[in-house]
Amino acid sequence: MRNIGGGSMYQTNMYEGMLAETVTHRGANGEVINAYFARPLGAGPFPGIVVIHHAPGWDEWYRECTRKFAHHGYAAISPDLYFREGHGTPEDVGAKVRAAGGVPDDQVVGDVEGAMRYLRSLPFVNSKVGVFGTCSGGRNAFFVACRVKGFDAAVECWGGRVVMSKEDLTPKQPVAPIDYTKDLSCPLIGVFGNEDKSPSPEQVNRHEEELKKHRKNYEFHRYDGAGHGFFYYDRPAYRQEQAVDGWKKVLAFLEKHLKA
Amino acid sequence: MCTMIAKQVAIDGSGKGKDGWFDVRQLNVSYDHPYNMPLEHSLNIDFVNEAKGPGARVAVELTPEAARKLVQTIHEILAQAEAGGYLEDKVRREA
Repeated sequence: MRNIGGGSMYQTNMYEGMLAETVTHRGANGEVINAYFARPLGAGPFPGIVVIHHAPGWDEWYRECTRKFAHHGYAAISPDLYFREGHGTPEDVGAKVRAAGGVPDDQVVGDVEGAMRYLRSLPFVNSKVGVFGTCSGGRNAFFVACRVKGFDAAVECWGGRVVMSKEDLTPKQPVAPIDYTKDLSCPLIGVFGNEDKSPSPEQVNRHEEELKKHRKNYEFHRYDGAGHGFFYYDRPAYRQEQAVDGWKKVLAFLEKHLKA
Repeated sequence: MCTMIAKQVAIDGSGKGKDGWFDVRQLNVSYDHPYNMPLEHSLNIDFVNEAKGPGARVAVELTPEAARKLVQTIHEILAQAEAGGYLEDKVRREA
């Protein structure tokens, strides 16, 4: 398998190609949903990664993020977790979900598991599949890695509402993800900004204590001068230095656990 | 969303969206991530008609201060209209 990105730099005399397109796969309850799929051209085999979009929606940043993983040698798939809410611009659909208090956790688990199974069915995907997400997608990456067997690495970027009080629980989110920590089935990397309010540094501390308590394989990277969403180059929260370092940490982690 | 602070109420009104005027049937108010305001969180108001799909939406994103001014101004205007005997509570829609 070719090796671009991660610890090794792309060489100017290499061939490079990518296919990126909308596909469908089965999600929760066997329902067919859309997904954005990007992969390097070639026979592979490539490791896979499920890219879980953030609360604002299945948007352009997540398409770019999916292609970024393909550029770095992964077969990357980003399921539309809001598929059942109707169609329109990502903002309009995201606003509808925002008003409805999000989508049910069990549905997210089923959709992400379906994306993982889709990857595992492909002849050019090797035996390793990771999961990545930011914001609520980071929460869900951790949550799904606890609820579903079959992931080999999980990337949680500033997952809000991993730690939830009883008052925060809703019919759609009936259990705090932190309560599933003992079931985490793969190595985890966490990336957080110390100026974030959700998750706050105190909540990240609790998250970490629980991982230690259950002797889980994890690494947390916590950045000063950064808040929520500091990878988003199109938002004022973007922090160049921290984002560049965070991406390096994430890609090195995935290379270690999915490409070795 | 990250805060999950949101509420939906049924209302009667009319809004002008990307395809022109439509009947507004729901009001969605949240304090969560905005799409356009350069803030981590904002007070978001969406006037929508869910029966017409996600695109039937008139959206505003406000700072908390702007949202309070909006509420205060609406109260003042309604009080003035009520004092003048102008208030109409029922919408007469064509069949």
